[in-house]
Formats: sequence, structure tokens, C-alpha cells
Amino acid sequence: FPCMGMEDVWPMLRMAFVVLVLLIMLPAMFGLSLGITEAYMKILIKTLEWATLKIQKNSEEKKTLKPSSSNGLIQRDDSSLEKEIVELRRNRPRPVEGGDFALSDVFYFSRRGVESIMEDEVTHRFSSEELASWNLLTRTNNNFHYISLRLTILWGVGVCIRYGILLPLRVTLAAIGISWLVVGTTGVGFLPSCRLKDWLSELVHVMCYRICARGLSATIHYHNRENKPKKGGICVANHTSPIDVVILANDGGYAMVGQVHGGLMGVIQRAMVRACPHIWFERAEMKDRHLVTKRLRDHVNDKNKLPILIFPEGTCINNTSVMMFKKGSFEIGGTIYPVAIKYDPQFGDAFWNSGKYNMVSYLLRMMTSWAIVCNVWYLPPMTQQEGEDAVQFANRVKSAIAHQGGLVDLSWDGGLKRAKVKDTFRQEQQKIYSHMLVRDDSSD
Amino acid sequence: MGSRASSLLREEDIEEIKKETGFSHSQITRLYSRFHSLDKGENGALSREDFQRIPELAINPLGDRIINAFFPEGEDQVNFRGFMRTLAHFRPVEDNEKNKDPNSGEPLNSRNNKLLFAFRLYDLDRDDKISRDELLQVLRMMVGVNISDEQLGSIADRTIQEADTNGDMSISFSEFIKVLEKVDVEQKMSIRFLH
Repeated sequence: FPCMGMEDVWPMLRMAFVVLVLLIMLPAMFGLSLGITEAYMKILIKTLEWATLKIQKNSEEKKTLKPSSSNGLIQRDDSSLEKEIVELRRNRPRPVEGGDFALSDVFYFSRRGVESIMEDEVTHRFSSEELASWNLLTRTNNNFHYISLRLTILWGVGVCIRYGILLPLRVTLAAIGISWLVVGTTGVGFLPSCRLKDWLSELVHVMCYRICARGLSATIHYHNRENKPKKGGICVANHTSPIDVVILANDGGYAMVGQVHGGLMGVIQRAMVRACPHIWFERAEMKDRHLVTKRLRDHVNDKNKLPILIFPEGTCINNTSVMMFKKGSFEIGGTIYPVAIKYDPQFGDAFWNSGKYNMVSYLLRMMTSWAIVCNVWYLPPMTQQEGEDAVQFANRVKSAIAHQGGLVDLSWDGGLKRAKVKDTFRQEQQKIYSHMLVRDDSSD
Repeated sequence: MGSRASSLLREEDIEEIKKETGFSHSQITRLYSRFHSLDKGENGALSREDFQRIPELAINPLGDRIINAFFPEGEDQVNFRGFMRTLAHFRPVEDNEKNKDPNSGEPLNSRNNKLLFAFRLYDLDRDDKISRDELLQVLRMMVGVNISDEQLGSIADRTIQEADTNGDMSISFSEFIKVLEKVDVEQKMSIRFLH
């Protein structure tokens, strides 16, 4: 048995690595698959199932019921302010004059207030969803204590595989994908405007996104592809992470909309725009709503241009709910193609908590997850109807997306991630309560 | 990476809180997770800003008064014990049958203590009396700009008149209890847990 030193092993490893990269990348570029990722996923699913059973068995033995944090904590009924206060006042005679107030009225507000302190609909949407069962990633290990040696070893092996094998592999693929995008689009940019250029541009874009998707071990299931966004339309989707763009663009070409950045991002943006029209705004231009709407409208009206991709929530939400859609996208006109994206959190948490992690740490976390698994549903196109204003239209589209994706439909503004809530909501409640104190004839 | 919420709470602490407030083990750990997620500064205590970050509480007309109920006189921070002690007022009363401890004194969620919580929402200066001025201020918080000063004044006058039995033009706690004797306090000031 000949002794093998490090000098012999290293080139072999390098060779294996290169072969692996090519095996994953080349078929991906042409939309084919050798089944490597599929095999990996099968092994992963079996392992996670085993781990889940082990944890469940253990908690049954120890009789520690893990309170499932995906269920609600407290009972909340949505009875209205008026109904509750009328009930509170039930057992006292209504005063003849001087307004209708009872000391017990505060009970309603105080209970509501304390309920929201115990549990509210909004604040937890800006942090990652908690899992019902541990998926062997350190980062999701919130409430799970040491269970068994085998599980810990498995976790350790997982760490080695994820950081030692998957991470370098994925970083390489991502680097190749992005370089290919820059080089390819710049090359295509030299062609004169013609059908060939458009076709090549779409090919280059899709190839790059496919390589990047492989770079994340992304398994994407597209549903209802007959509703795919068409040219001259506006594609609207719920927003969970920057990866959403890769997920959607894997299946077709889109015109991206966004702010001009510097650095590497800027290089990519400038290259992309050479091949086909994307819409990049300078920071100052974004403040001018009319300018923004006009540019978008001009793009949409040109039926030869790719559909634009917009995320009306304006910020990343944790994929358990859909928050308020900003009406700007719905004032442009044109056909809206709603798309619902739902990630499976068991394999990796795709949510970008931009307050907690910057882009680089986020990408690092993405690339050391097990995989990204998601479902994409294309919904039938919608247009603004007679007598419907932009806000109502936006809410209608939001409901459709929430319903399809199995997400909670919220009216709260995603901007609450950073900003305070507007006073108008409190004023609304005060108004309703005032009507209960003093009948309408005396108020203005 | 965030710290593991439940492991920072020791079993002895959980037992003490259980005895003091009557919450169950799982309820305490869930509420500790909640406390931890509200604690943006990660210093083991909540400030008023941490509460105001909850949108549903920020739009509650009495939001500030409710937040104030968590903070003892003159303090700006509330720790987990204090947090639980205040939340305990809203435990349903029937749950008391499970943890009958004869030496524990009046439980935090008794009818009296629930009424005391509401009383303190009105009693801004904590002098155990609701004056006309205090009542007016709280009314103003609840109605915003929609009712005139005179109307609000007459509402306050009438309320004090109805409640005040000893003629000192303010409402004491016992007078408060008397006025509300027919109200189903146990039901209206209780929050039910799902498990």
C-alpha cells in the first residue's frame, strides 16, 4: 500500500472539485440535470426525517412538551371596539345626558394592549420563522437541547460538509455565474439591436441565473406556467430575500427595477443593461414619484420589452405573511401578473433580516444552508377594474398572492420594520370611541 | 448569532415565577421568548421604546398608560420578573384552582387586582385617587380631538358625581370598586392561553 502524502492528495482533490463543478454547471446552463442535486436532496430529506423522529421520541420520553411556536399563544377574538364596550356597559342604565361614558371602558383598551404585548401580528414577521423541528443547523437551534450523541455527531458531520464541501463549491459556482453574466451581457451588447440580440440576451441571463441557482442548491417548483408574465406586463411578487430574483429569473427573462449601486453590483448592473433594457434609478430620481412612474410606464407600453419585476412590499418579510403592497406599482397601468413565492424553511431560511445581517453575511448563511426549496405559483393576470382605485387593486392582488402561497394577509406596512406606525391609525380608533361617547348630532 | 432564549432562564427562576404569578411552565418559557424578542438591546430588560415598537400597542389610545403600568415608580427598565408580574393580572381567574397555595396571599389575577390595574390607568400621579383633572387627561387620550373641552368636562363631572360617595370630588379605589361591582371583570380583564 503506497504511502500518499498531502502533495499527492491535493491535486486529486482539485481535479475532483473541478469535475464536480463542471458536472453541475454545464447541464444547468442548458436546462438539463444529471441528477446530482436530486440525489443530494433525497439523502438530505431522509436524514432530516430520521433526526426529527429522534427528537420527537426523545421529547415524548422526557415528557417535555415543546410548545410549538408556530401556533398562537393566546386566544384573540376580533370583536369590534363598539361591541365590546357595549357589553361592558351592559349592566348599567344609560345616562340621559352628558355623554355616555363608563369607567369600565378602559377595560377594552387595556386588554387589547396587553394582548398585543404578549403576542402581535407584526413584529415577528421581521425575524426568521421558528421551526417546529430542528433541521441540524446551529442557527435554528433555539429551543432544542442536547438529545443524543448520534444526533450531535450528525450535526458535526453536517457542519463539515456544509462549510468544507458545499460552501467552496457554491461560492465557485456563484462566481462563475456572475462573471458569465458580466462577460456574456457585455459581449451581446456589441450586437446591433435585432431579434438575435434579444434571444441571446435572454439566453445569457437565464444561464447565469441557472448557475447561481445551482450555486444555492435551489430546487424550484413552478406551478401554472401558462400564466407566466408576458412582455409589456408587470410581474408582482411577495418579497423574502434578494434570492427571489434568481428564483423567478430561472424561468424566463425579466427587466429588473432598482437603484444604481456602486462597486461590484454597479458593474453587474451596467453590464446587464447593455444586453437588454433594465430600469436603474439614481438615488435622487427615486424621490420623484412622477419620474419613476413615467419611466416604468414607458417601458411597459413598449410591447417588445421584457416584463418588469417589482416587489411592492418594498422590503423583505419573513415569508409567513404578505404585508401592504405600495400602490405605486399599481398606478402604472398595464397588466399585472401576480406571483406567489413560498420557501420551505426546513432546508434553509431564505429570509434576509437586513437589520441583523449585511449582504455578505446573508449570502454566507445562504451558502451554508442545506438547500433552498421553494414553490412558485404564477397567478392569472389581473387588471384594474372600473371604480377601483390603486389601493383597492393593490389589496386585491395581495389577497390573491397570500391565498395561493398560504401566507397571512396583513394590511400592516412592511416599512414598520424600521419606521414608527402612523398616527392616523390611533386617530381612527379615537374617532370610533368618540362616537360612542357623544352621539353624532353634537359632533362636527 | 442570537442567544438561545430559553437556556438563559434557569429552572429556579421559572419555579419562582410560577409560584408568584400562577403561569404554567410552558407559558413562562413562551413569554420569555417573547420578552427576549422585544428586548432589542439584549440587556435583559425592556425600555419604553421596546414596547412602543409593537404597532398594535402604538396605535392603542391608552398605549402609553398601559406601558407605564409595567414600570415601577421612577424606573425606566423592567426585567422579566416585573414583566410577568404585570402580565399576571390578566390571567383568567378559573386557572387558580390548579395551584392552590394557602400561604400565597391574594393572587395577582384576583378580581381586586384586576380592578387595581384599571384604577392605576386613571391614577396618573399614583396618589390612590382619581381627580377630575386625571380623569379628563385619560378621557382626552381616548377621544383624541373629536370632543370639545366643555363636553369632556361635563362627562368627567357626571362620572365623578356618580362614583363619589364621600364628597371629596375624587374617586378612591373603594368607590371605584363599588361603581364597577356589576361588571364582569373576571371575563373582560382576562386573556386566555391556547395551551
